[in-house]
Amino acid sequence: MEPEAMKTLAAAIAIGVGAIGPAIGIGMIGAKAVEAIGRNPEASGKIQGPMILTAAFAEAVAIYALVIALIVKFV
Amino acid sequence: MEISLAAEKIGHIGSLPITNSMFTSWIATIVLVVFAIFATRKMTMVPKGSQKTLEYIVDSLMRLVNSVFDNMTQTKKYFPFLATLFLFIITNNWLGLLPGVGSIGFHEIHNGKELFIPLLRGGNADLNTTLALAIMTMVLVQIFGMVAIGFFKYVGRFVNFKSPIDFFVGILEIIGEFSRVISFSFRLFGNIFAGEVLLAVITWLLPYVGPVPFYFLEIFVGFIQALVFTMLAMVFIKMAITDHSEHEEKAAH
Repeated sequence: MEPEAMKTLAAAIAIGVGAIGPAIGIGMIGAKAVEAIGRNPEASGKIQGPMILTAAFAEAVAIYALVIALIVKFV
Repeated sequence: MEISLAAEKIGHIGSLPITNSMFTSWIATIVLVVFAIFATRKMTMVPKGSQKTLEYIVDSLMRLVNSVFDNMTQTKKYFPFLATLFLFIITNNWLGLLPGVGSIGFHEIHNGKELFIPLLRGGNADLNTTLALAIMTMVLVQIFGMVAIGFFKYVGRFVNFKSPIDFFVGILEIIGEFSRVISFSFRLFGNIFAGEVLLAVITWLLPYVGPVPFYFLEIFVGFIQALVFTMLAMVFIKMAITDHSEHEEKAAH
């Protein structure tokens, strides 16, 4: 296979597989947060803060995969 | 369509190359300084105009920092650094969305190929900027910790000979500090650079109309990334200045 084709394939697989874990993780974070708000609607302000922070942590892993995909494709 | 992972050089000062991201960061700094000077001229007790905006920004940031530290003296000590971090990152991110950034530039010949070099590029779309911010933050966290609880107590968190397990936990903590530098820099760089690539691709696919919802997304992401960087820095500072031996005494009760 030519190197150009391999590069494109590698970039696609890197981001494709790399986004599965964070997507599941963020979904779980959101689900638990929403459940906690449902149990205790008054605490919704206090729950939102840690939720956004944790979601950003989980999303960072997807961004690492994206950076590797970009490096493979453009460097 | 040309997308370059590394920021392109647009000039030199002596032997130091200047990249377009560095140039945009300077513009962001100038914007912040000029706004601060302008809003604090002729201050009145009942604020009006730009002073009101600046007071709102400073007040919101103060409440944010206080919500993590819960201690007004500590908040006041670490507020200048954290607020500057937040304002610098958010200004850099949002400046990268203005029209003209990424599109105004000049053509150059590199290795026989003609490339388009934009004059301006989002400040945090360059790994150098985010790496500098990350290293600065982690070094400052160490310094704050040493100043707050004393040099030997702070180093005792990493070099701990009480038991074999504590020793390995100490080594893991050292590795953790370095991994935070990497995660800080890549999180911010990845989000902002991916946003720029996304906007470029969507504009190419569906000009004029396509990018509109993605600009909303990028404004939101720019704000969230500044917030996350600042909140993580706050949490690390709080962990560094907490005296853990007090903690164990409390737990023993």
